[in-house]
Amino acid sequence: MSPKTLYDKIWNAHLAHEAEDGTCLLYIDRHLVHEVTSPQAFEGLRMAGRTVHAPDKTIAVPDHNVPTTLDRANAKTMTEDSRVQVEALDKNAKEFGLHYYPVSDVRQGIVHIVGPEQGWTLPGMTVVCGDSHTATHGAFGSLAHGIGTSEVEHVLATQTLIQKKSKNMKVEITGKLKPGVTAKDITMSVIGETGTAGGTGYVIEYCGEAIRDLSMEGRMTVCNMAIEGGARAGLIAPDEKTYEYCMGRPHAPKGAEWEAAVTYWKTLFTDEGAHFDKVITLKGEDIAPSVTWGTSPEDVLPITAKVPSPSDFKGGKVEAVQRSLDYMGLTPGTPLSEIKIDTVFIGSCTNGRIEDLRAAAAILKGKKIKDGMRAMVVPGSGLVRAQAEEEGLAQIFQDAGFEWRLAGCSMCLAMNPDQLAPGERCAATSNRNFEGRQGRGGRTHLLSPAMAAAAAISGHLTDVREVM
Amino acid sequence: MDKFETLTGIAAPMPLINVDTDMIIPKQFLKTIKRSGLGVNLFDEMRYDDDRNEIADFVLNKPQYREAEILVAGDNFGCGSSREHAPWAIKDFGIRCVIAPSYADIFYNNCFKNGILPIVLPQEQVDVLMKDAEKGANARMSIDLEAQTVTTSDGEVFSFEVDNFKKHCLMNGLDDIGLTMEKVASVKAFEAKAGAERPWV
Repeated sequence: MSPKTLYDKIWNAHLAHEAEDGTCLLYIDRHLVHEVTSPQAFEGLRMAGRTVHAPDKTIAVPDHNVPTTLDRANAKTMTEDSRVQVEALDKNAKEFGLHYYPVSDVRQGIVHIVGPEQGWTLPGMTVVCGDSHTATHGAFGSLAHGIGTSEVEHVLATQTLIQKKSKNMKVEITGKLKPGVTAKDITMSVIGETGTAGGTGYVIEYCGEAIRDLSMEGRMTVCNMAIEGGARAGLIAPDEKTYEYCMGRPHAPKGAEWEAAVTYWKTLFTDEGAHFDKVITLKGEDIAPSVTWGTSPEDVLPITAKVPSPSDFKGGKVEAVQRSLDYMGLTPGTPLSEIKIDTVFIGSCTNGRIEDLRAAAAILKGKKIKDGMRAMVVPGSGLVRAQAEEEGLAQIFQDAGFEWRLAGCSMCLAMNPDQLAPGERCAATSNRNFEGRQGRGGRTHLLSPAMAAAAAISGHLTDVREVM
Repeated sequence: MDKFETLTGIAAPMPLINVDTDMIIPKQFLKTIKRSGLGVNLFDEMRYDDDRNEIADFVLNKPQYREAEILVAGDNFGCGSSREHAPWAIKDFGIRCVIAPSYADIFYNNCFKNGILPIVLPQEQVDVLMKDAEKGANARMSIDLEAQTVTTSDGEVFSFEVDNFKKHCLMNGLDDIGLTMEKVASVKAFEAKAGAERPWV
């Protein structure tokens, strides 16, 4: 047999039907559902008299719209249209018999944090969700990607997706990371290298010593932003760390089934000599704490760099950079570390896990945020929040002057009341710095949780290595 | 789903790269539980000022492009969020075809589910079409999906590639859930086999 990539193996194991023209039906093991991209899909099912094919493989949780303030049990904290969406999810989850974590459940949180936390996401699975950051689950060696609402309806009705196979890309990060450099810096540096369209048409497998060295939380951060590089999915082969993370979780297999599962998971790696259509290699030691300056995730540089000039670029990017700099209110040549910040947001499916909160708290311990700074921590799930309180992290954040919030997507996409005002400049641990993403006219700089904490203290973008 | 066979109409030029779905339809309009009515908010933050007045120099506000049915755009169109509200808004505005050098994967697939044809052409050909679109409302472009061609207002013809299955569904307005449900025996057989091999899933 010819050597296969990890992607080839998972793909082959989920092929339910292949037509003569190569159009495939891929079987879906886990379908995650949230309130914003699902109402029209459930309505479509009803209109056609269809039902959910595999409710036991369908997991629903409201996250995008929900307020994260402590008074959210009061329905008035939500706008009418948000409330209608959350109520629609409640109704659909109950009517179709899905696994459901309502707002009142301590396990509620961002769908991509809840899935792994509850053991729904396991190696070798296919996982989809009506959300582009589904790529997160690739950290377990599961093929995971975002889909549109029509495809949500297709999966609900058939538990399959019509697919054509993507190409294979290998992204290898060799060697060790230097102190102060995190998974977020890896994933942003890769996008800086490939561009936001560099991964289009590919599934990326991340490998190399620096990836192996990452915790599961860090690997989720790396895979989460595969979509920001345009890739269909990001994958990391499972190993002992993966098994250890999964073991004992509520929906992970137990006993003999666990043993059988691990035996299978150990076959999930890229064979020696397997073909990749594209290979990118970065040296771990070359990666620096990074930050974005523009309005595309590819607009990323080491914190020691300066705001670039449109003339540094070619083609359509020249105009795009000019537009970005105008929007961001930045002048070419300004050192990134001199850019003043109004707001710090720590959270999201990219960096809302316990390890992220630990990294930020380590910088903030015993310190205060800059006067006038607005700073908030939004844990990725109710369980992350509880653990952070148990570890004393919540106290560190609050003592420093951060707001300590309930779980949700919050200011990552600003669908709930957490938004930037026009011109407000935010250091954010989220994943997108698009125009208007965090609020109309809002200016976003993406960075790691430790870098966000450092900026909260100094009031400007700061090289975290100077405050460690 | 609406069929797409041929289209002759006004093309609006939008020579920006990396147009993301947050630009196409900002998040505040995702709170709907319907698919319709989003056209008025297409490109909302580029199209209206803070007082909800139209911004005159935005392409779709210009008199000659208000009835555009084709959009010619830059590289990596539709990147970012998976929101299908983006093609819903485009369709609701009246645009049935987008032409660009490349698209983000999820957006590209979402278009076909909504009767929109996203055409991929090399940058040089998109440049020609962009120039043609800049001529305004009197210069109408034509798309023929069966023949897989775009014809400029000057009669220059460019051929494009499209997946046969997607083309078939779009030309016939087919509901692909219905098509998949015809293969239910294959799906059930797969479930029985996979359930035995990987009972923990």
